[in-house]
Amino acid sequence: MIIENFTPLPAFIGGLVIGIAVTLFFALNGRLIGISGIARNFLNSNDKRFDNFLFLIGLILGPIIYQLFSKEAVSINITNSIYLLGIAGLLVGLGTSIGSGCTSGHGICGISRFSLRSIIATITFMIVGILTVFVTNLI
Amino acid sequence: MNKVTSLIAGIIFGIGLTISEMINPAKVLGFLNLFGGWDPSLAFVMIGALVVTTPFIFIYKKQKPLFAESFSIPQKKDLDNKLIIGAVLFGAGWGLAGLCPGPAISSLALMNISSVIFVVAMFLGFYLSKFINVQSS
Repeated sequence: MIIENFTPLPAFIGGLVIGIAVTLFFALNGRLIGISGIARNFLNSNDKRFDNFLFLIGLILGPIIYQLFSKEAVSINITNSIYLLGIAGLLVGLGTSIGSGCTSGHGICGISRFSLRSIIATITFMIVGILTVFVTNLI
Repeated sequence: MNKVTSLIAGIIFGIGLTISEMINPAKVLGFLNLFGGWDPSLAFVMIGALVVTTPFIFIYKKQKPLFAESFSIPQKKDLDNKLIIGAVLFGAGWGLAGLCPGPAISSLALMNISSVIFVVAMFLGFYLSKFINVQSS
């Protein structure tokens, strides 16, 4: 196995910060952070719509605030294929709705309360993600 | 007050995604590239988050949250087909673009047209899910 671009320290620290966001939202608002659920309910439900909206705005403000304080530009590397982005986005939107969660809801919140459903979901989407990358690398 | 805390929780989560570089699809695809040049960083993000959340969820025993009437915790326990089918579809989309919902929305901050296209398609998926009677949370 070849290991590349591994950044354990920022990954771990960023993870701690994500964990703090989850615990705060649970202790203060009584909700577990599942971002697919928050985004879907913002779109489809009137219940707590403004709370959900503000959370999503916060998500977008996060990188902007980080850049203000760190004085370093955040850059990302993403495909520019419209078809790939469209299909991937559609699959993520439908899949997280059908499976009731994504990396945050199942992967972090679900696993931290030892939910069997979330553990199975997380293993499933990771295996399928790994297979998808394996197949796309062949093409 | 729960409005302010929603915004703050979102900001902190977005900062965490930025520090950990999970906002960058290349990092996520590196993690999923198990059989190529593997980047284990995403696993360390999950460990970091779980180190905080797991003890907290078990130690924290308040009657109710500070700014809400009750805690809302998913109650479903059964493993149904929807869970697996949904996770398979999500995993495929995740592996195609390297984006899941949190990083996709956070990356809108970088004014990148690719992120916008992905998020629009994702919201279309959320919308369409209403018509196939799949929502369970």
